[in-house]
Amino acid sequence: MPYLSGEETVKELRRALCNPNVHSDPLRHRNAVLRVIRAMSQGVDVSALFSEMVKACATVDIVQKKLIYIFLCSYAAVNPELSLLVINTLRKDCQDPNPMVRSLALRNMTNLRLSSLVEYVEQPLIAGLRDRAACVRRVAVLGWAKLHDLQPDSEIDAAVVNELYSLLRDPDPVVMVNCLRALEGILKEEGGVVINKPITHHLLNRLKECDIWGQCEVLKFLQRYQPQSEDELFDILSLLDASLVSPHPPVMAATVGLFLSLCGSLPAVGLSALRRAQGPLLAACGSGSREMRFTALCHIQLLLRSLPGLLGAHYKRFFCGYAEPAFIKQRKMKVLVELVNDDNVAMLLDEMKGYCTDVNPDTAQAAISAIGHIGRSYSDRSLEILVGLLGLKQDHITSAVVQTMRDLLWVCPQCSSTVCLALEECEDTMQDAQGRQALLWMLGVYGERISSAPYKLEVFIDDVRNETSAGVKLELLTASMRLFLCRPAEMQDMLGRLLHHYIEEETDMCVRDQALLYYRLLHCGKEETEKVLQGRRSDPSLGVLIGPPAESISQWAHSFNTLAPLLQSTFKPDSKPQLSDALRCDPVETSGKTPADCSPITQLAFLTSSSAAPLSLSVSPALSPEKFERLWLQPRAQHDEHGKLQQTVFQCSAQSLQASLQLVNVQTLAFTPAHARPWKVYLYTRMQLDSRGSTLILGELVHCEEEPEEKTVRVTLRQQPRDDETLKAFLSILTTVLHTHSSSNETLKDI
Amino acid sequence: GFIVKRELSQKAKLSIYSDLVNVFYEMVTALPGDQPPVVMVTHKDRYFVHVRQGGLFWVATTTADSSPFTIIEFLNRLSALVKDYCGVLNETNITENFALIYELLDEVLDYGYIQTTSSDILKNFIQTEAVSSKQFNLFDLSNVGLFGADTQQSKVAPSTAATRPIQGSREGGKSEIFVDVIERMSVVIGSNGVLMKADVEGEIRVKCYMPNCSEIRIGLNEEFSIGKSQLRGYGAAVRVDECSFHQAVRLDEFDNHRILRLSPSQGELTVMQYLLSDELPSAPPFRLFPTIERDKGGRLIVYLKLRCDLPPNSLFISPCVFNIVVSLSQELSSPDQRAELRPESRAVVWNIPRFAGGTQLSALFKLDIPDLSSASLLEVGPVSLSFELPKLTATGLQIRFLRLSPIQPSQSQRWVRYVTHSDSYTIRV
Repeated sequence: MPYLSGEETVKELRRALCNPNVHSDPLRHRNAVLRVIRAMSQGVDVSALFSEMVKACATVDIVQKKLIYIFLCSYAAVNPELSLLVINTLRKDCQDPNPMVRSLALRNMTNLRLSSLVEYVEQPLIAGLRDRAACVRRVAVLGWAKLHDLQPDSEIDAAVVNELYSLLRDPDPVVMVNCLRALEGILKEEGGVVINKPITHHLLNRLKECDIWGQCEVLKFLQRYQPQSEDELFDILSLLDASLVSPHPPVMAATVGLFLSLCGSLPAVGLSALRRAQGPLLAACGSGSREMRFTALCHIQLLLRSLPGLLGAHYKRFFCGYAEPAFIKQRKMKVLVELVNDDNVAMLLDEMKGYCTDVNPDTAQAAISAIGHIGRSYSDRSLEILVGLLGLKQDHITSAVVQTMRDLLWVCPQCSSTVCLALEECEDTMQDAQGRQALLWMLGVYGERISSAPYKLEVFIDDVRNETSAGVKLELLTASMRLFLCRPAEMQDMLGRLLHHYIEEETDMCVRDQALLYYRLLHCGKEETEKVLQGRRSDPSLGVLIGPPAESISQWAHSFNTLAPLLQSTFKPDSKPQLSDALRCDPVETSGKTPADCSPITQLAFLTSSSAAPLSLSVSPALSPEKFERLWLQPRAQHDEHGKLQQTVFQCSAQSLQASLQLVNVQTLAFTPAHARPWKVYLYTRMQLDSRGSTLILGELVHCEEEPEEKTVRVTLRQQPRDDETLKAFLSILTTVLHTHSSSNETLKDI
Repeated sequence: GFIVKRELSQKAKLSIYSDLVNVFYEMVTALPGDQPPVVMVTHKDRYFVHVRQGGLFWVATTTADSSPFTIIEFLNRLSALVKDYCGVLNETNITENFALIYELLDEVLDYGYIQTTSSDILKNFIQTEAVSSKQFNLFDLSNVGLFGADTQQSKVAPSTAATRPIQGSREGGKSEIFVDVIERMSVVIGSNGVLMKADVEGEIRVKCYMPNCSEIRIGLNEEFSIGKSQLRGYGAAVRVDECSFHQAVRLDEFDNHRILRLSPSQGELTVMQYLLSDELPSAPPFRLFPTIERDKGGRLIVYLKLRCDLPPNSLFISPCVFNIVVSLSQELSSPDQRAELRPESRAVVWNIPRFAGGTQLSALFKLDIPDLSSASLLEVGPVSLSFELPKLTATGLQIRFLRLSPIQPSQSQRWVRYVTHSDSYTIRV
């Protein structure tokens, strides 16, 4: 098509439309109209042709009619007077014997959206509701909704509303669904369409007749219904069971949504519905459409919040394909992190390792941080991979690894020795400010254990003039101060230079003030400085390390099957040691904290670091449950130690106990269910003896409530070979662990 | 509910809501890389949900509380409908057929509510004829007599046959039916050659251009079984883990005879979807034996030996393309001339146009990399293969027979086609 400016096109088209020869030949006439629509869809303003098009409307050619109606509906708003001319044609068409023409006319009459035309439209709409043809009734029903939308203030006749309610029993399922939609719109102020018991049961019975779109809509409306008795509820649920495992993801999702809203008071039923829906959800994850995959993945993330470990056996389904888009890969990794367990951790980490060298740096970064997350429960294996990645000497990988290590240290301080060793070797200077910040934080906090830390800092300090990021500057300052406290001889000169530079030459006021503060602080003496600077090394707020407790479904049920889960596009930021933490200057805040205020995990962290030297516990080589049982039942070959621990309260959850025991390298092997009495835990660990190899300790904790006022935990330990000293040490560790738990429960109760 | 739905192609803005189109276009292009399918509009709490099909964006605007499953499924369905009606999905075809698409949208959606997407119902309402852009295509010719030696030649449907508009059959076009068994393999093979993951997702798709066919009966392998417990017979069972059927399929003969019965609608229909996880009935079709080392000149030598393990009598008859992609993260100067280097994706791409079963191919790449260290060797890999295996299903599923009733006139054509694609076939090195 030759390029014509808008005006010329319009002129040209008008000439064609007015040509009497064209009018006489239906095909040419249609083509002329077609060209107008084409111009319209290409963005040319053809509103000037309105009157010509109105004339062309009087035709028997349905295709031409449809085209003209498209035109009229687009431009009616700018030509309200001329639109009146169309009404007569439309009203005439509403009487046409052909139902298709009737429905077309009725639909477009309501699509004109002109309030001046309402009076002409009402009568055909009422007739339309009683039309013989279902397609006309469908249009008429929605027509009322459009009419109401046009004039929200005017009351729709109560008779019409009643008629719409009665049309819920229309034989055509689309008419039924449209009635729901129309009533919802019309009765918005009164809370939408009423879903009472008869309507609910009617809708449920006709669900099968609807196509999938209708089913989704009906299921959504049914969410509003509250069954009157439990029996009724279960009747409804069993009716819907087939939809729950529907191969169509929209129906499945809508049914799950309905289950969740109906079972608000019966969480167990909701959970079992979710378990049942996992199959179709997984299938949707492998759908050919990548958008559908993404949606399903986002909803699986929701599911895992309440059922952690649900899909553990299916972890391979979430392995990333090479050609998948980055947004799917990153979501899959987030799901994989949730699915990790003892059986699949090796395979999973191996797979993740492959993603770390992905071409897309964001994906690589997501993979590295995912490995860091897994490291919270499987630190040895994860750290091995992370340390290996440092060897690649790739800027973006190194930066991501260093940040991940920092985050890992924050929650798992027991990893520090490995990380310190790795940092010793790491010679790179990173371009990325985030990475440098992370490195500096670790150098400051663990400086006494990294022998080359001062030299690494020296590189930064020598290059201080070229540093642009304020975050890095502040971190460098704090790290130098902290390192100075533990290694004054090496740091004194450097720190002096740094402070001098920042106080004299720095333009960023924040950095300068910080430097001044530190300078003055140093005048107060070592004690004071230490009080301010010895910040936390680990996250005091962290409750449980492994397997966050299952959230209740109600936390997220309202967002299921909405766009909300798809929108959380960014990784939830970790509880990173923020600048504010490093810079915490309030002495009351830091010095006032005694271990007792901290959560059990932190205390345990202290415990491990303090007891690391004389006592080293380890869980490898792992002990299988069968072997444990055999050893436990072996008569008298080993030493038994019985003890009673006096505990005020002992009602921590199994997960949190397991988490904290794992922290001190004690493996729990089995629990009895939470409400069983007596409640038992079996655990084991190996303890390094000085030169004679290791000793295996097996333990049983029994908590019985026979004497309620005296809540005790009985501990039975078996050891092989026997070593009294280690056994006592172990017992003291165990006591501390249990004690921290009970005391944290107490504090919880106080709150 | 959904307020407005209009699809648009990137350049041809079909929509009359051009302001919204522009907003979407700006938002989608402003974001870097691949896009998740939801884009938010900051004003008025309106969201764009989009799907990419056939190189086009299919966009819906909606509110936050609507179901993403429904919208995405609908957009996919809509694009399938447009494909059914226009033949092929591409920008020119869409702009040619704008009138038809307007008409289609008008019937499918009213006031933003989905009315129907069934092609059976729609065919009564859609009046506009599709404009098909017939281009002379060299592939049509090459596809026909290229492998004349193959005895099955006459059984091969021309690849463009199924890409015509469904309405063509109205005025006496050929009446044809296509039953396609399409499988997608996703395989991960570890560096030690162990199969780490093998999933096959498959579907049976029926594409029907027969106006007066009331019932199709599709017979599957009799030894076809679902789930682990249900093994039948003693032969090589064809097993899948999960299986789901379209709601229009009647399964009364399925349990005993493995027959699917359905009344086909015009256009495309996915009759059955199935999944086999963590297992392949036969050995994976390709094995790779890589050697990666550094030579004295500091170059990286990648020696790849690729073996095709299919039974030797299965020959490939359509061009099948292998992309062996080795990510390398260093600057590279030049490889051997047998393959192409793609610096932007840090990959070497090795194209193999034809590869017979039971044979072996090898390639040697020498890559100049500045600052090559021993650690860089760790970065090589994984190798990813993409291929298409015609006339083959990974699960072994076969269509035993395809019967139509009433008996169709003799000039009707029935096609059964098998193809296995690589969804993701990764070999670690």
